[in-house]
Amino acid sequence: MPPRDKRMTEDEVVSQLESGMTIGIGGWGSRRKPMSMVRAIARSSLTDLTLVSYGGPDVGLLCALGKVKKVVYSFVSLDSIPLEPHFRKAREAGAVEVEEYDEGMLLLGLQAAAWRVPFLPTRVGLGTDLLALNPDLRTVQSPYPDPVPDEFEEYEELIAMPALRLDAALVHMNRGDAHGNGQYLGVDPYFDDLYLCAAERRFMSVEQVVPTDDLASLGPLQTLRVNRLMVDGVVEAPGGAAFTACPPDYERDEELQARYAAAARDDDAWAAFVAEWVQG
Amino acid sequence: MADARRADVCAVALAEVFRGDGEILANPIGNLPMIGGRLARESFEPDLVMTDGEALLVQNPMPVGVDDPPKVIEAWNPYRAMFDIVWSGRRHIVMGPVQLDRRGNANIAWIGDDAQRPKVQMLGFRGGPGNTISHATSYWVPNHSPRVFVEKVDVVVGVGYDRAAELGSVARDHAIPAVVTNLAVLDFDNDERSMRLRSVHPGVTVDDVVAATGFALDVPDDVGESRLPTDAELALLDQIDPSGLRFGEVPDP
Repeated sequence: MPPRDKRMTEDEVVSQLESGMTIGIGGWGSRRKPMSMVRAIARSSLTDLTLVSYGGPDVGLLCALGKVKKVVYSFVSLDSIPLEPHFRKAREAGAVEVEEYDEGMLLLGLQAAAWRVPFLPTRVGLGTDLLALNPDLRTVQSPYPDPVPDEFEEYEELIAMPALRLDAALVHMNRGDAHGNGQYLGVDPYFDDLYLCAAERRFMSVEQVVPTDDLASLGPLQTLRVNRLMVDGVVEAPGGAAFTACPPDYERDEELQARYAAAARDDDAWAAFVAEWVQG
Repeated sequence: MADARRADVCAVALAEVFRGDGEILANPIGNLPMIGGRLARESFEPDLVMTDGEALLVQNPMPVGVDDPPKVIEAWNPYRAMFDIVWSGRRHIVMGPVQLDRRGNANIAWIGDDAQRPKVQMLGFRGGPGNTISHATSYWVPNHSPRVFVEKVDVVVGVGYDRAAELGSVARDHAIPAVVTNLAVLDFDNDERSMRLRSVHPGVTVDDVVAATGFALDVPDDVGESRLPTDAELALLDQIDPSGLRFGEVPDP
């Protein structure tokens, strides 16, 4: 008996999301972002979203279209264009709230949620303004004595990075089957499996849906990073990460990305870009 | 060495920040720091480990500004594994600060006084907090000016010596070995751990550096001159940076 078929469309994914949700978006910068699902959100009536992302055009697009209440972030970049211009514009207009973290703290927050612990301890953030900027961020004292004897205090005070629990997670993989097993074929898995494990509702788009039995022959076994315990819905979306990079299937569409970025400076160009690339 | 230009002096100064580091991940960010790091590995620090700028550790001196340079791949190092290295302490990064203060507190995130509505959004916190609390962090400033060297940074992203001292033992791995600029090399090697002028580049005066710094620098009586590259280093620089990207980043005075 084969397991159930989880295939659905981007619009069916959106129908399972609600305004006000906290949504984690996989990929990294302008790399392997689940843009076909992000564009479906952009076309929807969803609003007041909180995004958790190693941010790229996913964050910029949804901020520019007024879908976002808050961004939980460490950076938002288009890689070849280091600062995401739409996110920058929203920030400088005070149009979105932010919760800022070091990029390693985002990893710990997702990992804590995935492991269902309330926090993970870290040195990261100590001595910086993160504690002042995030009044909800707490420290915790180690119950164990300092392993390195010196003239300082005996029990280290560490940051307690809170679990970043997600209502939903969206990721894009190179290959997958109809049941939610997923495979990345590029050089980096990024944090996609962690986003899925940190979320209540989990959606994965793939370049191509293949029979389960094909997956192991398409790449080294280590590329089978996502299993069906982590996924509720599978979207077959060829080109679904464009214009971000999705090697080996395709590189970043730098020309399209440059047009997207330049449109941040010109309302007419932005309207035309949205009509063509988001609504179209 | 009559042919050495200011950018070459900067590259050598950036290489020197890694002297004595041994087998750690040298992770210089940006073209000139990358050129300096690769120069260090090809000359006096052969055990340094370096990335290809993405998810691989690469043993050969990949030239900068060249499409698809050959790679001798040593290991796989995706983003997630980078935190294993950062938090192990076996790393020395060179970052480019937007603002840097007298005690080494650094800002790369944003400019302004309202965190929810900055005047200028920059990189965000990125890895600044984790880098500076976990291992050595040096800084590269291609345009030494009072806009960068400020009395007080708008937001502390990278930990300075005053904050590290308050933290005590948990900050035991904090270190800022050097700040290299287009004018000078600076460090924190005094009793107060405040920014000190170590050397000026040839053609730069102490007064030039003081005037370009927005706080009171510690200026010792015996400020030396940054060293010139050797002939061998100049030859290596031309291999590592064949198209001369360094001269675009630091033009001749």
